[in-house]
Amino acid sequence: MKRFAALIDRLIYTRSRNSKLALIVDYLRHTPNPDRGWAIAALTESLDFPAVKAGTVRTLLATRVDEELFRLSRHFVGDTAETAALLWPDAQGKKADLSVSEAVDALAATSRSDAPAVVASLLDRLDADGRYALLKLALGGMRVGVSARLAKQAFAQAFDVPVDDVEELWHAIAPPYAPLFAWGEGRAERPDLADVAFFRPFMLAHPLEDGSVDLADYAAEWKWDGIRVQIVGGGGETRIYSRGGEEISGAFPELVAAFDQDAVIDGELLVRGEVQGGEAASFNALQQRLGRKVVSKKMLADYPAFVRVYDLLAVDGNDLRGLPWSERRRQLEAFVPRLADSHFDLSQVIDAADFDDLATRRAGARDAAIEGVMLKRRDAPYVAGRRAGLWYKWKRDPLTADCVMMYAQRGNGRRASFYSDYTFGCWTDGGELLPVGKAYSGFTDEELKWLDKFVRDNTLNRFGPVREVEKSLVLEVAFDSIHASKRHKSGLAMRFPRISRIRRDKPAEEADRIATLQAMVT
Amino acid sequence: MAKAKTWIEPHPSGIYVKPADLWIDPSRPVERAAVTHGHADHARSGHGAVFATPETLAIMALRYGVDAEASHNQAYEYGDGFERGGVRFSFHPAGHVLGSAQILMEYQGERIVVTGDYKRRPDPTCARFEVVPCDIFVTEATFGLPVFRHPPTGDEIAKLIGAVRAEPDRAVLVGAYALGKAQRVIAELRGAGWDAPIYIHGALEKMCQLYAIHGVDLGELRLVSETDKAEMAGQIVLAPPSALNDRWSRRLPDPVTAMASGWMRVRQRARQRMVELPLVISDHADWDELTATIAEVNPKESWITHGSEDGLLRWCELHQRKARALHLVGRDLEEEA
Repeated sequence: MKRFAALIDRLIYTRSRNSKLALIVDYLRHTPNPDRGWAIAALTESLDFPAVKAGTVRTLLATRVDEELFRLSRHFVGDTAETAALLWPDAQGKKADLSVSEAVDALAATSRSDAPAVVASLLDRLDADGRYALLKLALGGMRVGVSARLAKQAFAQAFDVPVDDVEELWHAIAPPYAPLFAWGEGRAERPDLADVAFFRPFMLAHPLEDGSVDLADYAAEWKWDGIRVQIVGGGGETRIYSRGGEEISGAFPELVAAFDQDAVIDGELLVRGEVQGGEAASFNALQQRLGRKVVSKKMLADYPAFVRVYDLLAVDGNDLRGLPWSERRRQLEAFVPRLADSHFDLSQVIDAADFDDLATRRAGARDAAIEGVMLKRRDAPYVAGRRAGLWYKWKRDPLTADCVMMYAQRGNGRRASFYSDYTFGCWTDGGELLPVGKAYSGFTDEELKWLDKFVRDNTLNRFGPVREVEKSLVLEVAFDSIHASKRHKSGLAMRFPRISRIRRDKPAEEADRIATLQAMVT
Repeated sequence: MAKAKTWIEPHPSGIYVKPADLWIDPSRPVERAAVTHGHADHARSGHGAVFATPETLAIMALRYGVDAEASHNQAYEYGDGFERGGVRFSFHPAGHVLGSAQILMEYQGERIVVTGDYKRRPDPTCARFEVVPCDIFVTEATFGLPVFRHPPTGDEIAKLIGAVRAEPDRAVLVGAYALGKAQRVIAELRGAGWDAPIYIHGALEKMCQLYAIHGVDLGELRLVSETDKAEMAGQIVLAPPSALNDRWSRRLPDPVTAMASGWMRVRQRARQRMVELPLVISDHADWDELTATIAEVNPKESWITHGSEDGLLRWCELHQRKARALHLVGRDLEEEA
């Protein structure tokens, strides 16, 4: 537990992704099985011990620590696991280190009634940092900023194996992932994945910067603004994965229930919007459904989800990924009618005469849920990641607005000493500035230095980490789309806002008005 | 103990000793002030006369422009003191920072000790806390919750040195209060064998010099402002906490941000301050020191102030010790008046 506790501690205080990666790589290389497998499962929140809950820990603490002192401490610390770890009295005498796997075994085997005694005996064998690690392991809520994607990358880097293979194997193997480590270390063959609802790494696209493609070689489809998902069905089981390989089946039970096929599809998860007459609603509506563990009936009714299917990766036990897009498309068109049309439809190929025609249609697309156009090479197989020349995304030209900087906040990591996050606003008819968005990208390092100096030289007020600035600087802000939003006073929410230009030349009074932005709402 | 209340009055702005017409650590200018130590929440400018240890007076001269040489200001070594209005005042080591003192007052057979801030563990930069028996013990309670248990200082210093050696291309920037903590961290590093120059922010320079004049050897210190960026790779740099994430830190080579404070025990606190390397080093007593000290001094009554009064009050209640939070005493007096 010492090594695991030290790892968690370092991860808590490390901000940069690369440093986090290096810490996990080092841990995976130098920790034996099965501890490292359990540890990585704990970091990615893949463990659950139903018998141990926060209430168990509170009850347990009451046996060792005065309740009033616990209450005061909990109030100060703000986290039950950490409070308990710090308050638990150190046991006397030398303690043999407790391994992560011993702890996992004990926590998994306990019943609800035995849980307090089991947890107590484990806590007695640890110091404060170890107790923190144990309680986080038991209760979840690690919050060390390690996604499933990061963990898989760390694994690939630690054992020098392709990350695509790791992605594919990861979800098919249960913690503590012994076959995965055996393969990684070259002690065993790649595990066999027959009959498992496993995740296939997504094929991704490069942006189409300039120039054009020949539509004889490339098929065009609309790029929908939802979340890219993969639905894997088979062996009586259906799972939904997000682009990063996180399983999100729990948030969309109606889709799991409706997908009754031995097949793997790639598609865009969208929410049906009333205003669009049953067509796809904006990303805003979809956000209501994301990140939920329990989905209420009202949620299901108000924001009904469906999947627009792009591709077919496997069907009836056959892997189609090696086939060219045109052949997969043929099979996809034959397959989609097998799905319930209440929850699935086919992404249409855009029937453009040539590239200029396609450009015209792209420019004319007014649908809120259209992000742009996808161009897919007709003869390309489905391969993981971004490969040159196979798929392109051609986003709609961004919208822009001239806004006035209102507040600034410091960034993280390398940017900790720079005011790099900006809140900007536009004018109401009454001449008041209302915030319309926040951006922290789009500028060069040189521009950042200039913006940072502007913030420091023009500070009006400080609110903790936030500075209010003189409302004098106009920023040209680019964004993919803008939507009505009840969360903001301006009633507007931008999608992907970024700073496109600093308009030192433009007086603040001439920045755009809220009404102008409202006219862009889709 | 009803008697004590007739001659000593806790107010929100300090403790007033009636027969001597003198205040202890007043937060506003008064005619006569006895001062426990040089931190700004205890010492300030503008008093008519100051009574303190020589080191505290020197610190007040440096920080607040108090004239240490003026005859109305009086310096007393540890163990020494003075009498005024029938009250005998004396100064005793508190172990908090250079010159820090507990103030003992004796009046008509009754003894009251005001600790100011204190800690029990050894500190190479100041005299160690002495237990002074008394009837009323006025104790600080900065870390008056049982979650605060400071680890051994040596472990934290080893952690700091380990972090510097682990990344020789980066500087480790330690945030430490300019009076006390900075000098203690430097002295502890010297004690652990770190004899390379230590680089400091300009705001620490004068206080480090003052410590050196008073016999605390801090080894070779260099100013960051007079040093090339590259020279500080693999070195330790100290700055006041406010400079940690400020523009100033850009002159250091890719610094690892550390902070030396008892608050670093709580992870979320450390994260809020954007600290990468929390060092739990404190100049205040932790929970175990606070409770052990009350037991050891064994007063008839404890008055608790400065921090988490509720936690320590609860401990006294559980151990059948008479205690009250000082702000409550102050309010009671106002009601009586």
